[in-house]
Amino acid sequence: MGSPAPIKDPTMPAPVLGPGQTYTTVTQKLSAIITSRTPLGWIAAMLIAGAILQLLMLSATWLLIKGTGIWGLNIPVGWGWAIINFVWWIGIGHAGTLISAILLLMRQQWRNSINRFAEAMTIFAVMCAGMFPLLHTGRPWVAAYWLLPYPNTMSVWPQFRSPLIWDVFAVGTYFTVSLIFWYLGLIPDFATLRDKAKHKISQIIYGVLSMGWRGSAKHWFNYEMAALLLAGVSTPLVLSVHSIVSLDFSVGLIPGWHATIFPPYFVAGAVYAGFAMVLTLGLPIRYFYGLHDYITDRHLNNMGKVMLATGLIVAYGYAMEQFFAWYSASPYEGYMMQNRTFGPYSGTYWSLILCNVAIPQLLWIKQVRLSPSGLFIISMFINVGMWLERFIIVVTSLHRDFMPSSWDMYHSTPWDWGLYAGTIGFFLFMMILFIRVMPVINIFEIRQLVANKSKHAETASADD
Amino acid sequence: MAENLYGLLAEFDGPDELLKAARDAYAEGYRKMDAYSPMPIHDLSESMGYDKHRVPTIVLICAILGACSGFGLQYWVSVIDYPLNVGGRPLLSWPSFIPVTFELGVLFSAFGALIGMLILNGLPRPYHPVFNVPNFERASGDGFFLCIEAEDPKFDISETRSFLESLKAKKVDDVEP
Repeated sequence: MGSPAPIKDPTMPAPVLGPGQTYTTVTQKLSAIITSRTPLGWIAAMLIAGAILQLLMLSATWLLIKGTGIWGLNIPVGWGWAIINFVWWIGIGHAGTLISAILLLMRQQWRNSINRFAEAMTIFAVMCAGMFPLLHTGRPWVAAYWLLPYPNTMSVWPQFRSPLIWDVFAVGTYFTVSLIFWYLGLIPDFATLRDKAKHKISQIIYGVLSMGWRGSAKHWFNYEMAALLLAGVSTPLVLSVHSIVSLDFSVGLIPGWHATIFPPYFVAGAVYAGFAMVLTLGLPIRYFYGLHDYITDRHLNNMGKVMLATGLIVAYGYAMEQFFAWYSASPYEGYMMQNRTFGPYSGTYWSLILCNVAIPQLLWIKQVRLSPSGLFIISMFINVGMWLERFIIVVTSLHRDFMPSSWDMYHSTPWDWGLYAGTIGFFLFMMILFIRVMPVINIFEIRQLVANKSKHAETASADD
Repeated sequence: MAENLYGLLAEFDGPDELLKAARDAYAEGYRKMDAYSPMPIHDLSESMGYDKHRVPTIVLICAILGACSGFGLQYWVSVIDYPLNVGGRPLLSWPSFIPVTFELGVLFSAFGALIGMLILNGLPRPYHPVFNVPNFERASGDGFFLCIEAEDPKFDISETRSFLESLKAKKVDDVEP
């Protein structure tokens, strides 16, 4: 055909890889992010993130000196920002596991170019999450005996009937398994970097990390099975983690917490928040390093759709909370919901509805899903909205429970803000560091895409 | 000279050529050989007679071990060593013990998958003769190699070399041990 522009086949999805990619160009381009000279923009970003990170150092130090009294926590709101931020960060981590495990099981090939940094995001987000409960104990070094089962001089053991202990095991396992999965995926890419690195020291470091990987067919055979099984065990794990986090609330009897809808609603919210964070990080990385051939329009479109779908599940959760408050006919549940919707925190509640339910409806429009700036703005709204959701759940339920005599308002302090902002600094710092020292896109899985693509091209030309 | 050789390493153009060469070499009767590629190639290992999956067994054993130790830990703590009456619940309130049992099962199986894979593959192994071939660093980028090892009973330096060349290898190199 002599048509000037190639005709798009409407039955075929958009490509997951840009045109003209070969094994050589993929390897060159993706390893060059690490082996080339440090870009000035990277140093600038590192300095900014490092500056915010200092807030974490400062807030944590002052907390350990003075105790949790520097926060806005008080009775009746004994669980303030620490638990809000914990749930927020854990939720963000879930998209990484979803992308790397569930989409692997479903053979969704578009995951290959976003799984690496989504997994990195998971690990750093879980690190941030873990800091909050530990710091909330005030003295983490003496809290170990009721968190971890180890034989101690007091002969006491943790209480295994409590969801808080399940949380310790769930989050600990989640972190460890995510780290293992991430490292497994990195081994072949470390081998690439070992062979591409120019400096002796980096050759040795990547050589040690790659464990002498040489790409043998027998190695790949066992490797692929190990990756598949890890994906298989990670999938129920990721569902269990946020379910257990939600049990921290729903096992309690507080109005607004004691709801059976919490586990699925929390898991959907986690994936929602996580995809928003993947876009928040991925779009700037794509722009800065020019990775448009690897993170294509197809990826943006798909991520937009996942956010839309999980966002609708979350919206359904909000609707059901309203419905149950009425249908339970419990005056406490009813009052809680009336107070949440029209009480002193109603501004926060309606901002949450705006961020999480109203604005994401723009994702129905394809042009919005394909526009990087549009997606970035929506993902920022969702990041904020998911934080507000946890704030609403924690604070509006606690601040007015059964006894009006114990009602009070919750006021956060600058130290709450400092610690929260500090963990964001830590997260960005680790992500920026990661981009520079490890391949931000899984190189060997992109080579698989190249192989598949040349197969498809052959069959297509054979059809002509 | 020939006794000191680890084997012969042939380089091919792409994954399909490598897969075809591995099949031909296996059909020719070669058994001690391995292929090296920068990404997994479907059916490549199976075509050389290496097709028994042993990782799943390891992971299953680890999962059972993890779940049993998780439940055992909670049983020992809550029933034997530190019995606490919480709201009149039985000491062995097993439904509350399910989450930790599950989590430890997952934790152990993840370690089983990683460590099992490494052990089966003989990793970490910093030195291997194929690294002596200067071109071999492309096996982690865009090179596709087939190595027939000298240990193979059918191996003969000149015959094997001409056989590999007949498979349209781009280049055939000696691999120093």
